[in-house]
Amino acid sequence: MTVLTFGTMGTVVSLRGASSEAAAAVRAVFAGYDHRYSLYDPASVLSRIAAGSLRLADAPVAVRDVYALALSWRDRTGGAFTPHRPDGVIDLSGVVKALAIEDAGDVLDADADSWMLSVGGDVLVRGVHRADEPWSVGVVDPGRRDTVVGVVRLDGTRRAVATSGTAERGEHIWRRSDPVFVQATVVADDIVTADVLATAVVAGDQDDLRRRTADGDVDVLAFAADGTVWATPGAASIV
Amino acid sequence: MTPRAQAGVDPNGSSGSSGSSGSSGPSGSSGSTGSTASGTFTGAAAQTQYGEVQVQITVAGGRITDVTPLHLTDRDGRSVAISQQAAPILRQEALQAQSAQIQAVSGATFTSEGYTTSLQSAIDQAGL
Repeated sequence: MTVLTFGTMGTVVSLRGASSEAAAAVRAVFAGYDHRYSLYDPASVLSRIAAGSLRLADAPVAVRDVYALALSWRDRTGGAFTPHRPDGVIDLSGVVKALAIEDAGDVLDADADSWMLSVGGDVLVRGVHRADEPWSVGVVDPGRRDTVVGVVRLDGTRRAVATSGTAERGEHIWRRSDPVFVQATVVADDIVTADVLATAVVAGDQDDLRRRTADGDVDVLAFAADGTVWATPGAASIV
Repeated sequence: MTPRAQAGVDPNGSSGSSGSSGSSGPSGSSGSTGSTASGTFTGAAAQTQYGEVQVQITVAGGRITDVTPLHLTDRDGRSVAISQQAAPILRQEALQAQSAQIQAVSGATFTSEGYTTSLQSAIDQAGL
């Protein structure tokens, strides 16, 4: 299967199973999000809001909707996930990458039955890698970035895998001064849930992790700073 | 899960299974007594720092082979199905990851520069 890679949002996209037309549309999806939300681009909508030259109330509806979504996740995670930098700047990078992946997934769904999209370590799939062979995603060892400690086989309804770690770039979550978890992988039905909860798990403690996994909506594999490994029943088979 | 791991090491430990063989008696195949008991046993509810905990154990030939947390009430008084919750696990033998069939790598976000040194880059080049 051919693999297309391209850079966007400061990271690299790997795409399999897409037609050239769909791949071009996927690139456009990421470029559109980057254009609006990048804080590295001084001309982006979010940069202008941060600089005070554009009021949030005057920002495009789509941007305000993303901000509202990020705020709802802040509430759902008890503040562990937040779109506000410590200096007060609105930073939506915590949800924007996942939203771009989700939109790209809609493009790909209309194009092919089986595809895989990986963006800087967040993965969304549909269908199978080969006949009777599910897409399989390796989970990076938090201590050794060139080593995989387990494999997520996406053979059920869950299509999305995201991992967050204390070595992650960006400042879109509050860091505990003494983190309990150094890396968390979340397997979910959708990539936004997976991405946000992975961030929230790393920002929280053991009680937060238990609370977020109580309803069985997601599978979580988390590596604690003390060396212990935590998993939901569905994630225990990963390692 | 923790209860599983703890029970394997110390059936009388602090997994919240007070009275594990007492209150309900065996509900599985049984007929055994003493150290050769087999079946499933539901423990009495125990109060813990996390609220009320009750466990069910599976015993074969006098050895605990499984522990299932039945319910727990969190500090807000809400009932929680802890069988779904994350808990510490005992890791198996380290996976032979390099030989595993994977098409993608999930890890904390790598930068464009970091991609060239990431596993994902190698996998993409191999077209696995």
